[in-house]
Amino acid sequence: MWDTIFPYLLSGISVGGQYALIAIGYTMVYGILRLINFAHGDVFMVAGIIMVYIAASGLPVWISVLLVLIITALVGFVIERVAYKPLRTAPRMSVMISAIGVSYTLQNLVLYITGGLNKQYPAIPVISDSVKIGSATTKVVTIVTPVLVILLVVGLVMLINRTKIGMAMRAVSKDFETAQLMGIKINSVISTTFVIGSFLAGVGSVLYFTNYPTVIQTSGAMPGLKAFVAAVFGGIGSIPGAVIGAFIIGIMENLIKGLDVILFKAGAISRPLGLAIFSDAFTFALLIIILVVKPTGLFGEKTTDKV
Amino acid sequence: MSLLKVTDLVVSYGGIEALKGISFEVEQGQIVTLIGANGAGKSTTLRTISGLVRGKEGRVYFEGRDITDYGTQKIVETGIAMVPEGRRVFPNLTVLENLRIGAYLRRDRDVIEQDIEYIYDLFPRLRERSWQLAGTLSGGEQQMLAVGRAMMTRPKMIMMDEPSLGLAPLVVKDIFRIIQTLKETGMTVLLIEQNANAALHACDFAYVLETGRITMSGTGEELLASSAIQEAYLGKSSKEA
Repeated sequence: MWDTIFPYLLSGISVGGQYALIAIGYTMVYGILRLINFAHGDVFMVAGIIMVYIAASGLPVWISVLLVLIITALVGFVIERVAYKPLRTAPRMSVMISAIGVSYTLQNLVLYITGGLNKQYPAIPVISDSVKIGSATTKVVTIVTPVLVILLVVGLVMLINRTKIGMAMRAVSKDFETAQLMGIKINSVISTTFVIGSFLAGVGSVLYFTNYPTVIQTSGAMPGLKAFVAAVFGGIGSIPGAVIGAFIIGIMENLIKGLDVILFKAGAISRPLGLAIFSDAFTFALLIIILVVKPTGLFGEKTTDKV
Repeated sequence: MSLLKVTDLVVSYGGIEALKGISFEVEQGQIVTLIGANGAGKSTTLRTISGLVRGKEGRVYFEGRDITDYGTQKIVETGIAMVPEGRRVFPNLTVLENLRIGAYLRRDRDVIEQDIEYIYDLFPRLRERSWQLAGTLSGGEQQMLAVGRAMMTRPKMIMMDEPSLGLAPLVVKDIFRIIQTLKETGMTVLLIEQNANAALHACDFAYVLETGRITMSGTGEELLASSAIQEAYLGKSSKEA
């Protein structure tokens, strides 16, 4: 029984970790701007496409990865400056529409460059290699992901709780105006937030596309949505919440993918029922249930509106 | 030369003039107060000086320098700190962090630690609650913290926006004691208050703001003695003092 479940659990943890890296970007930007950054999933996709093209140029793979992370962070920075900063005093709805605009712009841009073809993601040494753990054969990335996620999250939480810029981020997230009165440049704090969020989405993309190695302009949509649901599930604005939410969604989704096999081996069903189809639906069913039962999510603030 | 000088300041919000050309001065080391009813333009005045709102006309000079077009950050660096209306401490930061964030622009680490100690000596209640989140403090404690936070910027002048608003009468007395303490340390204070009686007793000089215009000015005693002021702002409350 355990041997049947284990491989699904493993890939669930891995995918969950990748969702977590995207979800942090959603939740941080929401925490500071009260904005659902709809373009965030597309930043993740763009990171994948950049990797495809940089790797094709023949650069050593580790340098390519580093470049991807830097460029992705830069993409996040530019998006904020161009599409969100000019709307700082505009109603929140305007910024949200701008975010949707950025999302489609990025997708169209990638469509234009790739011609809408699936691009093969380069194999990254070590993490693309296969490894056998217990009953499961998987890629090294599956093991690397949760470890890396935990390290990055610990680092991020330290940054937010122990450093000056982290303190400024917490202050700005509560009160723009008073933060300004302390001499904090809110625009640089907001930029930092986007840079961190995009950087983490870049890390997530390297891990994710090593597992699912094709990239197309819509590749960011589903992982982006799942990560968004994870952020809402955990309580949007809360980083630990987003991470826990992402792991729960990743694991549940993969267990549902394997539900047929698990039930069959357990003797509960005599033929496959095709339940794996519902793995995506589950995520959104979960979203609806949370919104009804606990609208603020697992660790959400009581009031989400700015004073 | 006065520390702060405002000349012919006009500020409008969406076509409505909140300030219709006001001029006033704040002398070094004094407590100067602007009194007036709700909507007279008191908060707008402070917000314009601190760069949160842009004026349409008029200039603001600090130590003789024209700071009208400075951004908020630069104004803080120039030496003007604000204790905003409703205290606005960062509820999700600890008391200590709230003080530290006041020193956000400063690089002199050792002096920052000394200043924190100084503020803790001034307000021992804050030291006791150093590790508590500021959101859990009482209104009076939050006001102390907001003053301490403003002091951490090492200002030459502190502007206080309605510090007594929403606080119990006993706490209000504490607040005015704090303002007096500030003055004793040589600090210049620009205070705006609806509590005209307390403000006039505390101040060295006062201006009366009515619907965007300064209608009267004088020392605290002069205005307290004025029959127009007594009628409009003090009423029966003058007996409570």
